[in-house]
Amino acid sequence: MLYRDGDPIADTRAPEGPLETRWERRRFSARLVNPANRRKLTIAVVGTGLAGGSAAATLGELGYNVLSFCYQDSPRRAHSIAAQGGINAAKNYAGDGDSVHRLFHDTIKGGDFRSRESNVHRLAEVSTSIIDQCVAQGVPFAREYGGLLDTRSFGGAQVSRTFYARGQTGQQLLLGAYQALARQVHAGSVRSFPRTEMLDLVVSDGRARGVVVRDLVTGEVTTHLADAVVLATGGYGNVFHLSTNAKGCNTTAIWRAHKRGALFANPCYTQIHPTCIPVSGDHQSKLTLMSESLRNDGRVWVPVEAGDSRPPDQVPESERDYYLERIYPSFGNLVPRDIASRAAKAVCDAGRGVGPGGLGVYLDFADAIARLGRDTVAARYGNLFEMYQRITDEDPYQVPMRIYPAVHYTMGGLWVDYDLRSTIPGLFVIGEANFSDHGANRLGASALMQGLADGYFVLPAVIGDYLADGPFGPVDPNAVDEAEDGVRELVSTLLTIKGDRTPESFHRELGRLMWDLCGMERSEDGLRKALERIPSLREEFWRRLKVTGTGGELNQALEKAGRVADFLELAELMCVDALHRSESCGGHFRVESQTAEGDARRDDDRFSYVAAWEFTGVGEPPMLHREQLHFEAVRPTVRSYK
Amino acid sequence: MRYRVRVWRQTGPTAKGQLVDYEIDGVTAEMSFLEMLDVLNERLQLEGDDPVAFDHDCREGICGACGVMIDGVAHGPGKATTTCQLHMRQFDPADPIVVEPWRAAPFPVLRDLVVDRTALDRVIEAGGYISTRAGAAPDAHALPVPKPDADTAFEAAACIGCGACVAACPNGSSMLFTAAKATHLGVLPQGQPERYTRARDMVETQDDLGFGGCTLTGECTAVCPKGIPLSTISRLNHDVLSAVLRSG
Repeated sequence: MLYRDGDPIADTRAPEGPLETRWERRRFSARLVNPANRRKLTIAVVGTGLAGGSAAATLGELGYNVLSFCYQDSPRRAHSIAAQGGINAAKNYAGDGDSVHRLFHDTIKGGDFRSRESNVHRLAEVSTSIIDQCVAQGVPFAREYGGLLDTRSFGGAQVSRTFYARGQTGQQLLLGAYQALARQVHAGSVRSFPRTEMLDLVVSDGRARGVVVRDLVTGEVTTHLADAVVLATGGYGNVFHLSTNAKGCNTTAIWRAHKRGALFANPCYTQIHPTCIPVSGDHQSKLTLMSESLRNDGRVWVPVEAGDSRPPDQVPESERDYYLERIYPSFGNLVPRDIASRAAKAVCDAGRGVGPGGLGVYLDFADAIARLGRDTVAARYGNLFEMYQRITDEDPYQVPMRIYPAVHYTMGGLWVDYDLRSTIPGLFVIGEANFSDHGANRLGASALMQGLADGYFVLPAVIGDYLADGPFGPVDPNAVDEAEDGVRELVSTLLTIKGDRTPESFHRELGRLMWDLCGMERSEDGLRKALERIPSLREEFWRRLKVTGTGGELNQALEKAGRVADFLELAELMCVDALHRSESCGGHFRVESQTAEGDARRDDDRFSYVAAWEFTGVGEPPMLHREQLHFEAVRPTVRSYK
Repeated sequence: MRYRVRVWRQTGPTAKGQLVDYEIDGVTAEMSFLEMLDVLNERLQLEGDDPVAFDHDCREGICGACGVMIDGVAHGPGKATTTCQLHMRQFDPADPIVVEPWRAAPFPVLRDLVVDRTALDRVIEAGGYISTRAGAAPDAHALPVPKPDADTAFEAAACIGCGACVAACPNGSSMLFTAAKATHLGVLPQGQPERYTRARDMVETQDDLGFGGCTLTGECTAVCPKGIPLSTISRLNHDVLSAVLRSG
């Protein structure tokens, strides 16, 4: 049995009535906690990226007692920092017809009609305040000569609504949030715990009441109690081993919360980013993204003939296939990521790929350089070109870049309602760690928007409504002991197997398996094969793992082993979800469900729902709870970018 | 290819450390410097030895986590680069590569190549921000910023907080780091109200934390992966002096 059916999810706490005023009405109906009482309430925020950093800072500003945790040596290093391209906002500063409704519409459509209208509309509304907030903090966005903010276009949109700071938008936004956080640390409202990893959630009387953490320097395992817990620990793309995520990104916090009862929604929705530097060798440790913004001016092509091994400058114009412009004339090179990725895979599978192994397509700037001049191109993309040259030893001003899709983002995550509450009372989930806003495919420049929307504006407005139910009484000491003992036992088990394979070797094997069988294209046969192999790889892990050193010291191999153990469980759920969803939608492409032209074919009659999975035991069939999606403002159509 | 490396090994903050020699086979030109260390670590673990601990995360030169002294140079050979962006084609297999942690009094070694850089967070906490509250901001276009100022702010804001400037400085000074933040916020109109107190508070804090004084040797800017210019330090000194004069 693949899975069991559970009760559908009836209540998402979304307000009724007109879509445009739901958020305003929700904010008004949310109960408040008076400032004197906020000081007495402790909120643990795990993760310090755009979502966690901005949430911890804002909750501190409001006067709550905040505990902020991150595994990095400083909150400033969370992986949001690596986001390159930009952040969307419906400011319509370009005067090109943008509006809150258009951003809402583009995001729902971009997500292939698999996200909630209420949440997405709120996101579009809040987007404009984010830009105001960041400018007030001193985020140095790109500006025009008149001193006003500049914007550019991203995939899936026909307006220019993406604000940016060269190719380092994520860095600048994160530093803004980090500085706001630092201000609260200085003020004493936030206590910061860097090099500290959450390893379990304390659930007492059915409520999330704290976190069990391991100090990554001393190895000490301790518990921090709280009145509410916020997980902002990012996505789980590293289940594929090779991805654009940072090396430390992991699923541990959300997976262990899942094992404590939080439902996990749409785990199979992963985003494969079309423009990454291709893999170069067996020892490669990570993949590097080349920002989507490059598709504003770069043209994607491959040779018309399969097996054409001429260098790019010797392929005449008439023998080049600018396939995105050819197939999708109205969006051209700016089609959404899922479509661009699959198109690249299709031409490579047809033997027309370029570079070593034929796993690459060209992203060519020759026309842009001729049209705009080298200096303008350098001003827009200089740092990206430099990064490319450093890694590949090729000069993109002279030869076209070679790019190939790579795992980048996970739309799935812990299930949350409109108020960002998970199914465990008191456990809130924000940013990439939740599932809520991007449906089956996220549009470019929308991750930064969602992280900051959740952290600066949504969570602070709704968390008081939960806390107003308190005080929740003392925490059951047995619940703390049980969670702490579990963590200590896990650490000691990982250290005592003393087998003959490193954590890294298991991670690499799992990643290859997931990329081949649950990656850009999924089939029933492949997924069934994966579901046979994952449990046996997991069994081998617990039999042959070798971790040197002890638990009472800085031990990076031990950290890695714990994360790989969780990936080995999550991977199975991803494959179950991918197998059960026999339609194609967004980033989830089932070969059995495609049009004659090879596009994704949705099945709204059977699958217009969120799949929220309940944990029932390792290797046991999970329980499926369906949340039906209702569309009132947008009618689901066949997504066309042609 | 086979490379020889001499790596600083130290089991804990109070333990005595030493350089240990290793030979690493199967290194290719495309491999990054950190991937070469990955290969070494895989082997060490299989042989039952502790792998070399080093900080790293994004491996694309932006998070600021990585950073070691390579043959005595912070972030190794190559201009404006982080350690993770080095590739083995930049190294000659004939020469042994010496790898050591950042050395500075406020950066104690935690293990092998990992140091504690939380002192840099303390400097930012002392004033490296613009005091504003979520939800209280005016419309972003209410305050135009001349493009040259925005560009200057951006260049300074590009600092990744890796600490190479401190490690390279003969005095162990964090002035370039502090000056980058003071410049980023100090040239923007939003940052004017706190401009002088910000500069003063951050500099006082870095002094209290045990960072050395700046004698403008310029070693910092030579190794800075983001090319933060030395002129930011002059700017910071000016603002600190103004703060002192203003406070009478």
